Amino acid sequence: MAQTVFAPWEDPNEKPLIQFKNVTKRFGDFTAIDNLSQDIYTREFFALLGPSGCGKTTMMRMLAGFENPTEGQILIAGQDMAHVPPNERAVNMMFQSYALFPHLSVWENIAFGLKRMKMPTDQLTNRVEEMLRLTRLTKFAKRKPHQISGGQRQRVALARSLARAPKLLLLDEPLGALDKKLREETQFELMDIQEKTGTTFVIVTHDQEEAMTVASRVAVMDEGRIMQVATPAKIYEEPNSVYVADFIGDVNIIQGKAQKTSADGYDIHWADGHEPFHAKTSLGLADGQTGFIAIRPEKITVSADKPEGAMNAVKGQIVDIAYLGNMSTYHVKIPGGLVIKAQAANTRRLSRRAFTWEDEVWLSWTLTAGSVLSE
Amino acid sequence: MRRFTWFNATALTLGFAFLYLPMLILVIYSFNASKLVTVWAGFSTKWYGELINNDAFLDAAWVTVQVGVVSSTFATVLGTMAAYVLVRVGRFPGRTLFSGMIYAPLVMPEVITGLSLLLLFIGIGLDRGIFTIILAHTTFSMCYVSVVVSSRLVSFDKSLEEAALDLGCSPFTAFRLVTLPIIAPAVISGWLLAFTLSLDDLVIASFTAGPSATTLPIKIFSAVRLGVSPEINALSTIMIGIVAVGVITASIVSKRAAVKQQQDEQAAARAT
Repeated sequence: MAQTVFAPWEDPNEKPLIQFKNVTKRFGDFTAIDNLSQDIYTREFFALLGPSGCGKTTMMRMLAGFENPTEGQILIAGQDMAHVPPNERAVNMMFQSYALFPHLSVWENIAFGLKRMKMPTDQLTNRVEEMLRLTRLTKFAKRKPHQISGGQRQRVALARSLARAPKLLLLDEPLGALDKKLREETQFELMDIQEKTGTTFVIVTHDQEEAMTVASRVAVMDEGRIMQVATPAKIYEEPNSVYVADFIGDVNIIQGKAQKTSADGYDIHWADGHEPFHAKTSLGLADGQTGFIAIRPEKITVSADKPEGAMNAVKGQIVDIAYLGNMSTYHVKIPGGLVIKAQAANTRRLSRRAFTWEDEVWLSWTLTAGSVLSE
Repeated sequence: MRRFTWFNATALTLGFAFLYLPMLILVIYSFNASKLVTVWAGFSTKWYGELINNDAFLDAAWVTVQVGVVSSTFATVLGTMAAYVLVRVGRFPGRTLFSGMIYAPLVMPEVITGLSLLLLFIGIGLDRGIFTIILAHTTFSMCYVSVVVSSRLVSFDKSLEEAALDLGCSPFTAFRLVTLPIIAPAVISGWLLAFTLSLDDLVIASFTAGPSATTLPIKIFSAVRLGVSPEINALSTIMIGIVAVGVITASIVSKRAAVKQQQDEQAAARAT
């Protein structure tokens, strides 16, 4: 049996868990969220990604109930959340600073939310033990937050926010305080826990790698608006704007004038006297309109001679090489002064590298390697 | 580490002499056998014995303690509430005026505070006694409490309160279960400060005290006007002793707690 892909956003019969309807939030003169509408579905792992000040945290705080929208509506499971205070929402939040109660032990921190629900003692004990097991904290139950390490604190915060079995869990930069290695491990743990508990997760992050790893869908935000919402692969491969392409990963942007050559084929004239680059897109561009080719460094091939039959090829000179161990990034200056980044895997020892500084090389890529963008 | 030079040693000695010599003299003369304060006639503890039998002083001491405990408790409750509102609630009309008015009594001359309270009590026909002293002390010490507590609240991580709300607390429960236990050290030191101020106060108490209730500072002051007796030296020595023990205990306890916390954090960091 073929495995069904998790994509409730493509099913018109699916009811969204969260609906933002034309939500605007202003703080004085500053517009944090600008007429935003977005649906999020049950069991999704939804990432809000953007630079600081783009409004992602405000969106999360509105879901938690710490802020109210200036205009528009937020619905959770069909219910308007306008006048529901935070303590009456089936939503829990994991704070960026973890916000563990320093005067309570790990056990009491996790039990805190359950006690407020007036849960009977035996049930409460079971639930806390279950949460401790889930986050591998059983050994540390009696410790105070300052007696455990950063990674353990992060897990306490997660256990505490999951204990009440919320419909929706909000994670505000949950891994920001951890070092890189621990962060990567924890990302997989988070995904695992999300799958086990079946809770809907909304995560706020400025780390695009983190968003790509954990999320089922990523929303790239800028200045209070969502620029694009799509699966991580789609965001990376088919960004809808220069902003998104540039924000996610490394990219080369080549600006030029578009000229239609076939139903979905375009020539981008990027410099006078040079052959235009060829690309395919479903985007309708008018002849002479400014267009951009966004192409990822790893999709560009570096070679000494012009490859035969390459759709796009250009000659340039290596100005810089960044050696990253498993791969190297070549910065190649092409006519017109534009520097193109091209990545190549280091399959041979460094001493046997084919190219070095000042070498003349050819860059080439296929017809479909780059995306054509209009803005 | 800095070297120990003659200049440093001299500065240190002079500084400490300036601070503690008067008190030292007072303590020494409290053990003087002679009735004349300035003439040394051998060691004796008889003035301490006489003090215990002096009902007037003991009554005044008891009034002072009562006033201190009750007024500093009221001041702590009110001062903490004021601090919480000033720090937590964002802008509201008249906020600046309100915060200025909270702190005004800090710089107001005590004579004026005392006089205005006296006029108020006369105006509303309140008989002066222990109750009016308590009211007066609450009034002027609550702003000290509010200063101490608000400086703690400013550095208090607001997300702790939000986390409590998020986990199902009403705003009041969140304050009771999370904010208050965490700021407790500041609230306690606010209480101690208010208590000390109340013990010290002479000016405001003399405006608001009545014939039915006299505090220890008033009693000492009026006794001294008739001449300094070794009995008063003995009483003052006891007060110095109590304050010193209190201060030293408090600093040892807080130092130990800080050291323990640091050790725990280092242990946690190693365990990562």
